[in-house]
Amino acid sequence: MINKKELQVAGKKEAKATGELTQAGPVFIPAVDIFENQNALILIADMPGVNSEGVDIHLKDNEFTISGRPKKEEKDGPALIYTEYESGGFLRSFTLSNVIDQAKIEASMKDGVLKVTLPKAESAKPRQIIVQAG
Amino acid sequence: MALFRWRGPFYENLRGFRELDRLQEEVNRLYENFYGRRPFSDSADVFPAVNVSEDRDNLYVNAELPGVGAKEVDITVEEDSLTIRGIRKVEPGFEGVSYHRREREGGSFNRKLTLPTRIVTEKVEAETKDGILTVTMPKAEEVKPKTIEIKVQ
Repeated sequence: MINKKELQVAGKKEAKATGELTQAGPVFIPAVDIFENQNALILIADMPGVNSEGVDIHLKDNEFTISGRPKKEEKDGPALIYTEYESGGFLRSFTLSNVIDQAKIEASMKDGVLKVTLPKAESAKPRQIIVQAG
Repeated sequence: MALFRWRGPFYENLRGFRELDRLQEEVNRLYENFYGRRPFSDSADVFPAVNVSEDRDNLYVNAELPGVGAKEVDITVEEDSLTIRGIRKVEPGFEGVSYHRREREGGSFNRKLTLPTRIVTEKVEAETKDGILTVTMPKAEEVKPKTIEIKVQ
């Protein structure tokens, strides 16, 4: 009996290659959570096997790209006898609608989860406009 | 050595399904001869997805568990099986947020794997690194391959 609260495996979706990759190997689309509060946009992405050195973040003209590469496996490592997942890189791009303060972007990586905080520029924060009666 | 999924008493008793498993294994082997690796079509029904590998002395089980630290996962071993259990949390801990996208799932997981060879339970080690859990299980002495010397007459 499957307990409904138990996690199901979500198959990894392979990303379509946009141009030649310098490193051979599959590239996947990481699952992300994006949410926003008053001051910032926060993005959390699952990239198992990637540490802070293998992560790359770009923001250009409102196009935001995250990519990750795991450490290369040794050729003479143990022989695989049963596989359910592939190891590979990660890549995903988003178009941001808010105006982001690019100088204040922060990112951290822990246990294969990337967290990026993109603070909104002052002009994009919601301002209340007082309606004059008259 | 393949680890076969347990599909439930109904399916396992029908001889037809065992034939299908044998056919699947043969097709996998053909694929492996051509591409040099096993096809990645063994999909898991239970979280987390695992890869099992071995060398002469150890059996290794790797599981993808992003966001799960060493304290959030429980590992138990018996001579022929390994159980991985824990909770994956995804709450951001923020207040007053509005979601644009929510793809990551959180919840509990509990998976028991039957191991293909016997292992020494006292010497099992496990570590998590960057969201990947690796369990190293030394094989029992009697199952390790032994070289047999051929005497020339």
